[in-house]
Amino acid sequence: MADRYLDLVNSGLGATVAGRLGLPRPAVLRRYTPGDPLLAGPLLHGVIKNGTVGSGLDGLDGLLESAGVEAESVDSEGTKWNGLLLDATGARAPEDLAELRAFFAGPLRRLRPSGRVLVLGRVRDGTDPAADATRQALTGVVRSLAKELRAGATANLVQLTGDATAADAEAAVRFFLSARSAYVDGQVLRVGAGAGQATADWTKPLAGKVAMVTGAARGIGAAIAEVLARDGASVVAADLPAAGEALAGVANRIGGTALQLDIAAPDAPAELTRYLTERFGGVDIVVHNAGITRDKLLANMKPAQWDSVIAVNLAAQLRINGALLDTGCLREAGRVVCLASTSGIAGNRGQTNYAASKAGVIGMVGSYAERFAERQGSINAVAPGFIDTDMTRSMPMLTREVARRLSSLQQAGQPVDVAEAVAFLSQPGAGSVTGQVLRVCGQNLVGA
Amino acid sequence: MPSRRAAILGGNRIPFARSNGTYAHASNQDMLTATLDGLVARFNLQGERLGEVAAGAVLKHSRDFSLTRESVLGSALSAQTPAYDVQQACGTGLETVVLLANKIALGQLESGIAGGVDTTSDAPIAVNEGLREVLLQANRARSLADRLKALTGLRPGQLVPEIPQNSEPRTGLSMGEHQAITTSEWGIDRQRQDELAAASHRNLAAAYDGGFFADLVTPFLGLARDQNLRPDSTPDKLAKLAPVFGARLPDPTMTAGNSTPLTDGAAAVLLASDEWAAGHGLPVLAHLVDAETAAVDYVHGDRRDDGLLMAPVYALPRLLERNKLTLQDFDFYEIHEAFAATVLTTLDAWADPRFCAERLGLDRPLGEIDRSKLNVRGSSLAAGHPFAATGGRIVATLAKLLHGKGSGRGLVSICAAGGQGVVAILEA
Repeated sequence: MADRYLDLVNSGLGATVAGRLGLPRPAVLRRYTPGDPLLAGPLLHGVIKNGTVGSGLDGLDGLLESAGVEAESVDSEGTKWNGLLLDATGARAPEDLAELRAFFAGPLRRLRPSGRVLVLGRVRDGTDPAADATRQALTGVVRSLAKELRAGATANLVQLTGDATAADAEAAVRFFLSARSAYVDGQVLRVGAGAGQATADWTKPLAGKVAMVTGAARGIGAAIAEVLARDGASVVAADLPAAGEALAGVANRIGGTALQLDIAAPDAPAELTRYLTERFGGVDIVVHNAGITRDKLLANMKPAQWDSVIAVNLAAQLRINGALLDTGCLREAGRVVCLASTSGIAGNRGQTNYAASKAGVIGMVGSYAERFAERQGSINAVAPGFIDTDMTRSMPMLTREVARRLSSLQQAGQPVDVAEAVAFLSQPGAGSVTGQVLRVCGQNLVGA
Repeated sequence: MPSRRAAILGGNRIPFARSNGTYAHASNQDMLTATLDGLVARFNLQGERLGEVAAGAVLKHSRDFSLTRESVLGSALSAQTPAYDVQQACGTGLETVVLLANKIALGQLESGIAGGVDTTSDAPIAVNEGLREVLLQANRARSLADRLKALTGLRPGQLVPEIPQNSEPRTGLSMGEHQAITTSEWGIDRQRQDELAAASHRNLAAAYDGGFFADLVTPFLGLARDQNLRPDSTPDKLAKLAPVFGARLPDPTMTAGNSTPLTDGAAAVLLASDEWAAGHGLPVLAHLVDAETAAVDYVHGDRRDDGLLMAPVYALPRLLERNKLTLQDFDFYEIHEAFAATVLTTLDAWADPRFCAERLGLDRPLGEIDRSKLNVRGSSLAAGHPFAATGGRIVATLAKLLHGKGSGRGLVSICAAGGQGVVAILEA
């Protein structure tokens, strides 16, 4: 829905007034349309060397070049940057962080609107306290820097495990530098070794894949179905039979297939695997998006309000995942993305049931990660923050306006922002990311 | 016998709404387009050029002379898909299925959609016949004087429009009145009719609750289930209703509860060759084996044996004979419930030695059927009966039933106005 405040402060007079009064000034975020370059302009690429010992990540230069990024290694006064990439994988001592400060200090002032700051680091491995402290320090840097940035710029950290290579991080690096990550800010994402398959065509990363999205008739689910189809997947859009009219509209718009199914029905897992096997010979990408809210203070909550939320948001996902694995319906290198919520991370008054289900999803993802890895698969959660949907549209105006400003980007996200994150995690080359929770929340100020 | 049989891959319909209910402002074209779009979405046919789309409506505006083609153009199908209208009263839906299946069997088509639609709410209202004559005469006039002269023929009474009647042009009797005569002649009692009606509601409600229609129905205008469905219907409740047909006959039995109400809706069926189905990764639910139509002389014929809705009774023995089958060789019977009494008359006639010998020329009666195999997911009494849409509803339902069973044979029987009837055999 229209964000009138955002429109106002981006108009000539509105911008002046908001500036004088020190009001929040949310920016119009750059979003991805097919054919866009990864970055609209040059990227400054720095490396923390740790004296003479460490060096940057092998192959990162080549990766940037093949992605069409105009990367420079030297800052020059007067250059405006669209991206700042610091390879801090070699940082092993607190003193190394001085190089970080030196790298960012000048160019940050010349970061263009919707600019990208990306730091690459290593995951703590417990062998060297100084190195681990340094690695952890990067999270503090990125999370604080994200709060400093203005004009739609974001800062994120990709943490590589000790054996992970530049190739393993490629999908993540591309995602965070591109406009696809418009509403992902202040996040830390872990990348492991073994991306599994490579992404063959980065403009159609999901070509040849069969994807199933639940709750696809409207809102975030419809956006996910659209973005997966845009990225090349054959999409099965699933939703309740009662939502079939809108669902058919989504399917016909994206050239997909409508499946009317109640995922919480007892025979849904069997029905779903039978259908996917019969019609498509299996499935490559499953997005558990369907979810409901039945908000009530715990003291007043009725059994049905509790039970239905747990059944749809959590139990159904567990049962369907079990069936997908047991029947082999989810093919080798399958990708499962589950919708969690910042409520499941930070909690939310009146949402004990919903937060239980969404925190449960995060637990499920972590628990499943190893089983999925055995077959080159991955399972991750995406946790949306405040996103403009029918659900938020029905909130009281003042509550909604305040909620919209409570993030570093000072605005609500769009369904497409969540969809882009889901599409990234669904890519063949994103198999190195598993068991993770990726927040799409504009660095929401609660539950960070 | 043809070298190949047409496959039924699935269907789609919108929930049926009661007349002047949810679809009061929806046109036939709106409903048929939505139904086609739901089918396209279910089978991923966006932009696909199908062999043909054949559909029709019983009550049609003159502007809808090309209803099906216009609906195709408004749908997500390729605009290169040819289409045409078919009309055989309530037999329309099944007739379109037979038509396309035959073309597929002959190798003239690889795929097609058969269907039908009807609205009794957005009905065509024509100008008064007298007014029409005057206006046409004025239009034919060559001079102003002649034109004015023609227009002097205008009369106030001509403002009364022609509203379509649910009655037979040759008898002036409505379908219900015709069936009431047949019901009375065959002595079909009230209790049997009410029990059949209650079973229809019970079966349809259970089918919805069990998710049976999840891949057969797409909601439309916010309606997700058939508006006429009363899950709590019982023979006792139905017994309380007053008769509405055959009021002048002794002991009338036909009520609003055991007769189908006027309804709006549309249905479509996807047909193809086995090769086309395989090429599209679509499982075959069933094949159409054979079909037969019949007609009775309800105008001059016997009051008992030539009832308006009895044509299927005559069609079936010819179909069975040709396929070397008996009435008992079926796993499912789908007999359209125009009225509960229609179904019961049909069954009684097939079991009646006198009728079977005299009128069907059979050595022995066709016999009884296992009633537990009849209309097992409900039929028109509960779902409603938008005339041309019923065939598509029944064929898709039966094909799914047969597929679910794994193998088997089903019978479809549909009566139609004009004393006609269509019967067909499906096999999985």
